[in-house]
Amino acid sequence: MAGSYKKSRATKTPALGLRVLALVVLSILLMLLDRRNGHLDAVRQTIGAAVYPLQITVDAPSRLWNRMRDGSASRNRLRLENSRLQIESLVSKGQIQELAALRAENDRLRALLDARERVRGEVRVAEIMSVDANPYRHNIVLDIGRRDDVYDGQTIIDANGVVGQVIETGLFTSQAILISDPDHALPVEVNRNGLRTIAFGTGAFDRLDLPFLPNNADIRSGDLLVTSGLGGAFPPGYPVATVGMVNRIPQEPFADVVATPAAALNQVREVMLIWHRPSAAEPEAAETAAAGEEDERR
Amino acid sequence: MSDGPRVPYLSILGTLIVALMLTMMPLPEAARPFRPDWLALVLVFWVMMLPRGISVGAAWMAGVVLDVAQGTPLGQHALALCVIAAVTARFHLQMRVFPVSQMTAAVLALLSLYQFLLFWINGVAGVTAPAVAYWGPLITGTILWPILSVVLSGIRYRTPAGA
Repeated sequence: MAGSYKKSRATKTPALGLRVLALVVLSILLMLLDRRNGHLDAVRQTIGAAVYPLQITVDAPSRLWNRMRDGSASRNRLRLENSRLQIESLVSKGQIQELAALRAENDRLRALLDARERVRGEVRVAEIMSVDANPYRHNIVLDIGRRDDVYDGQTIIDANGVVGQVIETGLFTSQAILISDPDHALPVEVNRNGLRTIAFGTGAFDRLDLPFLPNNADIRSGDLLVTSGLGGAFPPGYPVATVGMVNRIPQEPFADVVATPAAALNQVREVMLIWHRPSAAEPEAAETAAAGEEDERR
Repeated sequence: MSDGPRVPYLSILGTLIVALMLTMMPLPEAARPFRPDWLALVLVFWVMMLPRGISVGAAWMAGVVLDVAQGTPLGQHALALCVIAAVTARFHLQMRVFPVSQMTAAVLALLSLYQFLLFWINGVAGVTAPAVAYWGPLITGTILWPILSVVLSGIRYRTPAGA
């Protein structure tokens, strides 16, 4: 370096311009390849593994803080919380008993109707890392990745409803998009009557838009929206949101409907990932799934 | 610059890693759009001071790592960072002798270019983001520059020779 520093300035500028040009072209090529899904997964994963220690470090303070808070919780508060959780667990178990009977009945009825059996996914808990990702999207970073069989498009839920889907898997971490992202769309149906529509993110954590409902659609405030399973990216039947305001405007073709997500999108720290791959079951379903996924990611 | 030939690679790498971590550091939702472009600011400083030691190639690699960390299209930040590194390298002699106010203005221009490139690529890729995601970092980055340049100068001159 010491020698080259004294070189004449004249040789420098063209070389710099050429190098920049080459790198810009390379960047554009990378972006194009990256867009055509998956050509650069290996690159991403290698660099991602190198970034992982940094993510752990960044995440550490909040993890430590949580642990300290847990550690310093008073005995009394823990006892209260414990008894509350026990009651909650008892109630949930009671509800699950009923669910088992319903599930069996549902399977029998579906068999009578010759319908395909529903895929029930395996569930696993993941933690959201306190690491900020993409500044242009509602993204979260999860602490499990390809090593734990996480796959692209996997559904993420919390205790109350759908949170989002995985969009990128690293070896140890994965990134997910929340349903509140303005570029996210989710096929839903009204639980009460099966009316199907699409819920779009708005960029606000507490609001989803349902822009494609005609004025005469049978939907009212308080209706529960569940995933319809159309498109194949999300398993059917998971709660998504509750309809808030329904504003029917006579001059407009579509009603103005907003809904509140069931999941606490900006408060959860633990989420659940569902292993559910119906698209592998049938080629036809796979086709619609691919189309739907494209639609959903846009 | 008197110690021009000596490039403190370790310090540069260290500051770049810290910048990357600051970029990933969780912020309250309201403050997120105002996160400064740490990596861009640190790179502009080092390229301005030592354009022979660290230049467009290093900026590009840092950008690729940032793209992976952020989950943005691979090459987006790489392109933007290598372009502003090139502009900085081209004008480093002028920028170095600027008084603080003018240098800050130059950094504002560089950051604007950076954000414009990101905005442009987002537009082509069809990513919609609120406008504050672009001008937020400009404001905080520009305000931060005078302090950051002092801190980085301190790091630069404190480094033992040859490190």
